[in-house]
Amino acid sequence: MKYKSQKVAYWFFALSMLLLILQITYGFIMGFARIGFDNLHDFIPFNTARAVHTNLLVVWLLSGFMGAAYYIIPEEAQKELVSVKLAYVQLISLAIVGVIAIVGYHFNYWEGRKFLEIPRPLDYLVVVNVLLFLGLILTTLFKGKRQTTTALVLSMGLLFAALLYLPGMLPFDSQVTDSFFRWWVVHLWVEGVWELIMGGILSFLLIKLTGVDREVIEKWLYVIVGLTFLSGVLGTGHHYYYIGVNKIWLVVGGIFSALEPLAFLAMALFAVNMYRKGEKKHPNKLALYWTLGSAIVSFVGAGLLGFAHTLPQTNLYTHGTLVTAMHGHLAFWGAYAMIVLAIISYSLPNMTGRKLYESTRGRAAFWLANIGMIGMTVAFGVAGVAQVYLERKFGMDFMKVQKEISIHFVVLVLCATMFTTGIVLYIIDFYKHGKPTDEALQINE
Amino acid sequence: MLSKKQARAFFLGGTLVTFLIFIGLTVYSLSEATDQTNHENLTAEVVRGKEIWESNNCMGCHTILGEGGYYAPELTKVVDRLNQRYDGNGEEVIKSILMSKGPWQPNGRKMVAYGMTEQEATDVIAFFKWIGEIDLNGFDRIVSPLAKDKINN
Repeated sequence: MKYKSQKVAYWFFALSMLLLILQITYGFIMGFARIGFDNLHDFIPFNTARAVHTNLLVVWLLSGFMGAAYYIIPEEAQKELVSVKLAYVQLISLAIVGVIAIVGYHFNYWEGRKFLEIPRPLDYLVVVNVLLFLGLILTTLFKGKRQTTTALVLSMGLLFAALLYLPGMLPFDSQVTDSFFRWWVVHLWVEGVWELIMGGILSFLLIKLTGVDREVIEKWLYVIVGLTFLSGVLGTGHHYYYIGVNKIWLVVGGIFSALEPLAFLAMALFAVNMYRKGEKKHPNKLALYWTLGSAIVSFVGAGLLGFAHTLPQTNLYTHGTLVTAMHGHLAFWGAYAMIVLAIISYSLPNMTGRKLYESTRGRAAFWLANIGMIGMTVAFGVAGVAQVYLERKFGMDFMKVQKEISIHFVVLVLCATMFTTGIVLYIIDFYKHGKPTDEALQINE
Repeated sequence: MLSKKQARAFFLGGTLVTFLIFIGLTVYSLSEATDQTNHENLTAEVVRGKEIWESNNCMGCHTILGEGGYYAPELTKVVDRLNQRYDGNGEEVIKSILMSKGPWQPNGRKMVAYGMTEQEATDVIAFFKWIGEIDLNGFDRIVSPLAKDKINN
């Protein structure tokens, strides 16, 4: 750690860990409900559990991205954060808004729009919170000694993510238009600007862990984010195939979605090549596991599994089925959850001064979480494909099909238990590192 | 060999061009001339139905236009489907589910008892009917030609 103010990141990461555990808990509630154990229905019906599960994912990832920015920007800009106090105000207000939203979901206080359930009044608070965050990050960056490509790409991702939240706040009478602009937020976040954030964090980690020249890494970073936008922006069309808008999206969405895996493939090749090229053997192997893991798993989850159902001819069958959940889980895990866990694994020893690099617990966490998540993805996939066949090809009734496929959710819950064990081990490791300290400033990274 | 400057130009240029095309296509596909939603039928009743749909997060379990929770049935053409099953009484069935004060539990899977008023239930049905008329480019609950033949015969 080079700057005292980087310590703020620790508390954002701690909030992330707390919300991640809560997210997993609500995932289990849904998993059990699908195999018939829905005893909590009167207090936490499925729609509440689902809204909490997906919104907590967004909030813990955002908290992780913010923590990453608070750690990376001072180091890249070579300047202390402009105000540590305001960063703490931002953290606490983020947590408060998050808690109000989550509690509200249990009392029918929401806007039933998939992924954007936060009610409108709270949306404004989110905007204020994010503006404060961006103000702190951008002021630090532009008052700093240098503006590196890594820092610019990361900040650009965060700025665009904030701007793209706005179309989701526009009111529409038509469900179709509403859905159309909802995807401006959701798709252009996860298959657009969030990849800038991921790319920025990845680039920072590769510079630190491999020792490859910054110029080389940042050049390829531009190529990758270029490919991301080139395919991802018009790739939004794959959400517009069958929601009541013009057929032109079948062509545009089909072609550009098919190109989307290229960006993820480039990202995976980039990370692996930089690792091979690097002469520096950083002792923090765990951070390297998570970094390379993120680049590779995101290619499989977001790239390949996305491609598996993105062509209009295939999507006609899979649209609105559990096949989407298959892709969604591995994509979010690989691209975003793992990159947040990577930056935490890298920065934690630097902030606390405790270099628990060689921990068996840390390695077990990596493998259990990944194997568990792959198992969950397979379970969702089998359930989804069976659903497509029984419902869309044989014409069976929805609820009868759900009974037929419930066995796959037993497998899902078992794999989720393995995944959770990995996450719990990761959090134990997090806790064992202790609190951040100024004494860590002097330690060589 | 590609320079960093060229790489940046590729990123900025590519993003700008694709985003402009995206905006153009958005304007085109939301224009009146290409409307597939029968926008003129979007009555106050339908809009109220949409508000009820949203304020209860029905999408958290059901899907509509193929989007939602995958936990409960697709409701895009629900009125037609239930009319076929219940000899033209689909609307009455939906009303009784929405107005029920006791929990509805088809095949053991529970649904929240919303206890809506008759007016609210009618609004939701109007919303479903409007949704059911939208041209979805061929999307339906059953899409396989073989399955369709089997059902028709």
